[in-house]
Order: sequence, then C-alpha cells, then structure tokens
Amino acid sequence: MERIELGTTKNKEKIKELILITGEKINDCMQCGKCSAGCPAASQMDILPHQIIRYIQLGEWKKLIESKTLWICASCFACASRCPRDLDVAKLLEGMRVMILQEKNSKKIDIEKMGRLMTDEKMPQQAIVSAFRKYSK
Amino acid sequence: MKYSYYPGCTLKTKGKEFEKFALDSAKKLEIEIEEQENWQCCGAVYPMAENEIAPKLSAVRSLAAAKEKQEKLITLCSACHHVIKRVNKDIKTKPAIRKKVNDYLELDNNYNGDSEVIHYLEMLRDDFTFKKLASKVTNPLKGRKIGAYYGCLLLRPGKDMNFDNAENPSIIENFIEAIGGEAIKYPYRTECCGGYLITDNETLVDEMTSNIIKSAKLNGIKEIVTACPLCKYNLETSKEAQDGQITSVYFTELLAEALDVK
Repeated sequence: MERIELGTTKNKEKIKELILITGEKINDCMQCGKCSAGCPAASQMDILPHQIIRYIQLGEWKKLIESKTLWICASCFACASRCPRDLDVAKLLEGMRVMILQEKNSKKIDIEKMGRLMTDEKMPQQAIVSAFRKYSK
Repeated sequence: MKYSYYPGCTLKTKGKEFEKFALDSAKKLEIEIEEQENWQCCGAVYPMAENEIAPKLSAVRSLAAAKEKQEKLITLCSACHHVIKRVNKDIKTKPAIRKKVNDYLELDNNYNGDSEVIHYLEMLRDDFTFKKLASKVTNPLKGRKIGAYYGCLLLRPGKDMNFDNAENPSIIENFIEAIGGEAIKYPYRTECCGGYLITDNETLVDEMTSNIIKSAKLNGIKEIVTACPLCKYNLETSKEAQDGQITSVYFTELLAEALDVK
C-alpha cells in the first residue's frame, strides 16, 4: 500500500520557517474545531482557527498571509489553553504576523490613527505599546 | 518578606490610581514593596515567536535584578505579569533562548530563570493569605454586588500562567469575599475584552465587551473588578456600559476602600 505523505508539498520553505519559529507540531491537529468554537473574535474571521491549521498542513501560504484572521486575533490564548492536542494557534498566527512584518515596508499600523489614539486622555499606554509591537517591527 | 516591584508603563501614567491604591494598601497591611530601579517597559505583549529575542530583554533585566536581591518580583498590571511570567519560563526551559539572551545582556551573573514572579493578588492569596486580609478589613464592602473580570492575560495559557484554574477561576471572587463584598460569578468573566484590538478594530471590541457587560448585568452585578488597565478602558468605553448601570474598578481600589486608605 502506498504511504500517504502527511506534510505539505507546497511552499515547504515558508512552512518550515513558521514551524521553526513557533515550534508547533502542526500534524498533531485532528481538526476537532474546539479552538474555533471558543474563539471570541471568530465572528470577523474569514478563516477560522482550526482552518488556519489545516491550511498550514496543506501549505496554502498565499491564503494564509492574505487572511484577515491574522489581524483579527486578539492573542487571548483561549485556543491555546483549550487545545486537546496541545497546539497553540495564537502562536502560529503570531509566527505568520512576524514573518510578514519582518519584510520591508510591511507595517500594518496606521500612524495617523495612532496619533489620534494618543490624544485620548484615558487610552492606556499599554494599548499603544501593544499596537506597535503587534502591527510593526 | 520584602518584594521587588515592577510597575510597568501604564501604572506611571494613565493608571496611576491602580498603583497608588495598591501601595497604600500594602503599607497598611505592613507588606514591604520596593519599586525596582531602572525598570523598562515590558513591551505589553508577550513575544511568542522564538526568533524574537530583543523584546524579551526588559523582562529578563527585571527578573535578574530581583534575583540579585533574592526577592520575589511582584506585578500589578495583567499584561506585565503575563509577559514577565512567560519570558521567565522561556529562559528556564528553552536553552537556545537562554543562551541568546545571556550572550546579549552580559550580566554579572547569567540569568537562568530562577526568580519567582507573582501577581499582587497571588501575593495576597498565597503569602499574606485572604484569611489574614479579612481580619484586617475595617470597612467591609457589605451588600456590594461585585463581579470579577479576569480577562485573558492572568489566566491563559493555564500551563504557563499557573495563576488559577484557567476555565473556572476563583481567586478574585475569594478576594472580594475577603474584603466583605458579595462576589457574583457570571459566564463571561474569563472572556477576552479585545485588548489591543481597540487600536485597530473598535467594532469587534465593542461586540466582545458588550457580551461581557450584558452577562454581568443579567447576573445583577453593579461593579466589575479588573487587574488590567486595558480591560478597564475597553469595558468602560463599551456602548453597553454607557447607561451607567455598571462601573469598572481596579481591584486595588476596592482593597484600599476596605482598608480605609482610599
């Protein structure tokens, strides 16, 4: 009987880099969907958390990096805390954000908007610092 | 026991009262807390990617300084606590990160993840004890219907934070009861408020905070207590909160009130 290849054959280098910087065992995912069921930000996601993992397994890099989901995730770690296979989708999403942001001219931050936010008397510094960390490198 | 204290950026600016109530209460309880010298901003979000070393350095500097003094490192802000606790675990358990960080910092002594970082609430629960706290309360918050809002950063991922049961925590409810209030549990108390998404996606944050506040209202809560300046901001600015039925307060404000130092 022919052996089934579990790893991706597409975009191998990108997927390899993602796994290297996150250390996640993507083939452990059994697509149970618990991460998507509990995700508080799923309503605005175009690709749900469990689907993100499936696309990584399949090497669908273009679909992944063009996905709105990367920038919708609030890093609340509900998925990471609940995964029965001990995978961390939040970490994989961060890995992809980092790979995108480390490329030249790839900032996702709206500097004008950040300026407006800084004039909000109550907006905590924590929010501004987080935004610069999450949306730019 | 003396503690090294890490305040973080927000507690020196927009969240001054969060810190003031904590330090005044500690003084009343005769808990010795000393702010670290030359602490640096933790970066507010934990750098998850393992190739990001620089954003982990400020947390390590504080952890190493606490180790030199042989003191526990105490935090107040949920975000700082999350970052410092997880960076500490990385240093302890991931030799590649430990080596890079130490090569870069060149401290007098290498830092190997030996410090203990605890949140102010953990200090009250584990070191001071809630039982002793209850005996020190001079102005119990009788009849106050208070809901704990945990948010994400203190609890998750449970195996890294070890703060409480990540799905069904009780530390803040036990704290509320120790200071004489009525702690009311409600379903959304551990759901995310949206955090830093407020800088990019107000619609989604409003959806998330509305769920939390509606859930608290349905359970008869009048005050929501938090340990995070950003959670407090998001909850206060939520459309659902504009009717004024529910207020959001720092846990330290209630503590100071119960100890008559507010």
